[in-house]
Amino acid sequence: MSGREREAQLIYEKSKPGRRAGRVPSYGLPVPELPSEVRRQTPPRLPEVPENEIVRHFTELADRNFGIDTGFYPLGSCTMKHNPRVNERVVGLPGFRDLHPLQEDEGAQGALALMWELERMLAEIAGLPAVTLQPAAGSQGELTGLMLMRAVFADRGETGRNVIITADTAHGTNPASVTMAGFELAKVATTDRGNLDLEDLHAKVDDRTAGLMLTNPSTLGLFDEGIEDVAEIFHSRGALLYYDGANLNAVVGRSRPGDMGFDIVHYNLHKTFSQPHGGGGPGGGPVAVRAEIEPFLPAPTLVRDGDVFRLDHDRPKSIGRVRGFAGPFGVFVRSYAFMRAYGPALTDMSEAAVLNANYLLARLRDVYDLPYDRLCMHEFVLSARALKREHGVTALDVAKRLMDHGIHPPTVYFPLVVAEALMIEPTETETRERLDEFVDAMRSIADEATRDPEILKSAPLTRPVRRLDEVKAAKHPVVRHAFEPEVAEARIETG
Amino acid sequence: MPPNESYPEDLRYHREHDWARIEGDEAVLGITWYAQDSLGELVLFDAPEVGATLRKDEPYAEVESVKAVSDVVAPLSGEVIAVNQKAVDEPETVNEAPYGEGWLVRIRVADAAESDALLDAAAYRAHLAEL
Amino acid sequence: MSIAGYLSLTDADRTAMLQAIGVSSIDDLFEQIPEGVRLGRPLGVPEALPEAALVRHLEGLAARNADTSRELSFLGMGIYDHYVPSIVDTFLSRGEFLTAYTPYQPEMSQGVLQAIFEYQTAICELTGMDVSNASGYDGTTVAADACFIARHHTGRSKVVLAETLNPMVRQVVKTYAPGFGMEIVEVPHTGGTTDPAALAAASEDAAIAIFQQPNAFGCLEPAPELAAAASDGGALPVAHVDLASLGLLEAPGVYGCAMAIGEGQSIGNYQSYGGPHYGFLAAGNEFIRRMPGRIVGETTDLEGRRGFVLTLQTREQHIRREKATSNMTTNQTLLALAGLITLCWLGPEGLRELGETCTALAAYATERVGLPLAFERPTFKEVAFRTPIPARDVVARAREHGVHPGYPLGRDYPGLDDVLLVALTEKRTPADVDRLADVLREVCS
Repeated sequence: MSGREREAQLIYEKSKPGRRAGRVPSYGLPVPELPSEVRRQTPPRLPEVPENEIVRHFTELADRNFGIDTGFYPLGSCTMKHNPRVNERVVGLPGFRDLHPLQEDEGAQGALALMWELERMLAEIAGLPAVTLQPAAGSQGELTGLMLMRAVFADRGETGRNVIITADTAHGTNPASVTMAGFELAKVATTDRGNLDLEDLHAKVDDRTAGLMLTNPSTLGLFDEGIEDVAEIFHSRGALLYYDGANLNAVVGRSRPGDMGFDIVHYNLHKTFSQPHGGGGPGGGPVAVRAEIEPFLPAPTLVRDGDVFRLDHDRPKSIGRVRGFAGPFGVFVRSYAFMRAYGPALTDMSEAAVLNANYLLARLRDVYDLPYDRLCMHEFVLSARALKREHGVTALDVAKRLMDHGIHPPTVYFPLVVAEALMIEPTETETRERLDEFVDAMRSIADEATRDPEILKSAPLTRPVRRLDEVKAAKHPVVRHAFEPEVAEARIETG
Repeated sequence: MPPNESYPEDLRYHREHDWARIEGDEAVLGITWYAQDSLGELVLFDAPEVGATLRKDEPYAEVESVKAVSDVVAPLSGEVIAVNQKAVDEPETVNEAPYGEGWLVRIRVADAAESDALLDAAAYRAHLAEL
Repeated sequence: MSIAGYLSLTDADRTAMLQAIGVSSIDDLFEQIPEGVRLGRPLGVPEALPEAALVRHLEGLAARNADTSRELSFLGMGIYDHYVPSIVDTFLSRGEFLTAYTPYQPEMSQGVLQAIFEYQTAICELTGMDVSNASGYDGTTVAADACFIARHHTGRSKVVLAETLNPMVRQVVKTYAPGFGMEIVEVPHTGGTTDPAALAAASEDAAIAIFQQPNAFGCLEPAPELAAAASDGGALPVAHVDLASLGLLEAPGVYGCAMAIGEGQSIGNYQSYGGPHYGFLAAGNEFIRRMPGRIVGETTDLEGRRGFVLTLQTREQHIRREKATSNMTTNQTLLALAGLITLCWLGPEGLRELGETCTALAAYATERVGLPLAFERPTFKEVAFRTPIPARDVVARAREHGVHPGYPLGRDYPGLDDVLLVALTEKRTPADVDRLADVLREVCS
């Protein structure tokens, strides 16, 4: 097949006036007339489609998508582990699913008890005593952490601390969060071994420094061997350390951010604790802190009085609320169930993640460049720069060709400090056979690069679409369906 | 099709991959072949306003491809007296002719002596070789 | 050693893999962690539960909650017990949607990308806007996002919030504002709604003015007048709206709003004790480059076939880093997909009927509940009643009868301790309203 026959129609293109799926009860009640100035004049052009066609439509879209359930998904930095289905069953229990967030605490004791237990487990894993579950995602956890720093320094009267230091390997969210929180950004370099450059740090940390944001292990998949010295540099100058928990999957039960010297930590429940990624969300980004920082946590906090739990809204030093209600509760249910399924063997989870990554590294290092020649943690970064230099084959080409092997590509072109980066994270749940299939695919692609680079440039050949024109999409943005006869292209302001 | 790599001898270069063609007390500014090649096909030139003041070594505009965004750094200080509308409307022009039709702005030069700190083509090529 | 949790490696696998790596034990792999920061003891967390025991444990916790299948509930105030169609459950459990990441590799992700494009279209249609992002965290954080857009678009720093904007939304904006360098002015209500003249006065030199329609008291604001008032002062008018109302109520784009934002939960998401849900943010074309979050665009592939990609990504944190329009990475795609499926299921007729049933039930409740109205204003699906005793006590007493009668507004609004906000969705029946009326009569006497 080729051409338009493999296109999926939009649901709007399947619409026919008068058709419908759902019906809403009217109870035979009279409908009051609303004031004309607020009443809708033109009905929205929602699709008019019967239920069977809606079902077929979204089945077709599902068929055109790839998830962990479909196949191996070694997307570095994203921790694409198996999402156990029991978690979906329990999140659907009416006692959780149909609970209104403004229910009195007395009528939500089961939910609050679950959150309490989740907080306690997270606190143990971070090695820090106080937890807020409120942040909606890791990036919001980061922002919350930075707001906490600001509040701590304001409380101490140290308002001149306005600079946050990040690593040059940091995820883009770190510098973006720094800006959103109203701080200035400074960057610290990474050594040839992938550790923070202590000399550079000594020069940059001073009484204007509020703190450090660090992912450890880093986005290179390497544990910072000088972390104790790093913590000392910051703490000795009165600054704080923030732990970006994006890579926590490497160290659960093996090493705790609090013990490393971090004062504030965020977790990604959708990475480490198996909240499904959902095609981009939802997530959960709880934050743990040292006891001194606890008074500043977002309100409300969860309190236990004997056997009774309640939400405490009376928090005078709190930075305030960062999202609605007590956080993404459904995410808590899934992550709680996930953690209870492991118990103390959560340590085995991280060990398997690290073992799997090192196994892949050992079996691929002779065919791809390895910029940092060390044992890795839960992920590692290879480079396709030799393939590019010798055969004109880029990391993107390798990624696209993997699709033809039924494998989701790794993260490419990140971290920025590695040219032609391929960032590979297998996670703990894969079998050795799956890992071997990936090795075979990667080796066969490297081989193809020498024999037939053109096939890599034209990949993928087996997906519903070929490579897409992203330049066209960016230059002439069409971001919604054009109902005839209007034109949907956005008029971009360029001045 | 993008042109082959070149660095004309009549231009002065900034290490951040910008060029200046000095014409009396005015100068035309743009980005180098290397800069446009690194970025890939441009989809946006976020231009300064006519009348804006440029300070040497500081960003005065942004250019974007699909996957990257880059500040455009001023090789010289001065006041913007013209913006290349073609580069705004069809930013790929910058890829096609970085030293010709794909120029970015024309300025009135504030301090002619600043150009002494810029590189000639040979020195810029040497700078690129070190990257 | 047995295989824990969801792991799969056997002892033989481990041995062979360690050998391939060239180390002798798992501990060798963790050598790079300095000794001083190793845990060196088992994690102190509760013992593992096999699946059946885990389910029983969680059923026990769930049973301690008074959910809306167990208690006749009239709680609203931002989260509503609307009906979620069965097909939502069908597709949210499809692994291709549930277990996919953000669609960075479009050839692997056409399904999610097209669904988001269709979602963006639906949000634009409902709100009368040109562009929508792929979703924000919830109805509170999208308000902060709107402030960030307005800050950069106008160069001004004042945020105007109507007091009748949901209190939680205002709290979140207050938390974010200092980091943006913004200060907040609130405009008090007059008899349950916002006075356009007061909003106009506050909007002088402001970047943005946000009001809610229907507002936090359930009242219908004079929304077109408020949008005009904000514009007159030079502020960007932004309406915080309920998608479930937009089959009946006018689209914010039509009455001159620069942006429309809100909580999407009422369309397609369960209450779930407050999340995860999806926030929506839609705006005029002139704001597209300042929008936070993902945006999906249409394009073609090598063979000219239509396809979809994440577009205008240079706005985003992974490229623009400290200059990004937001730090947002994870959004709420799966919940937004639920919203799209629900909107397809309802269609334009169903959405109108949904609004009509809600307003009809609200009118019926107004008539049947023997309490005076707190505000003499038209309503959509929530009605505020004056109670002869504190509304909190009404709630406590009514719950003893198995009815949660609504939200005591005094929790957020000093001076409104005697106001009870009753929410009516299409899942409540006239008989339910009769029961509410009976219980209120009993507990208020």
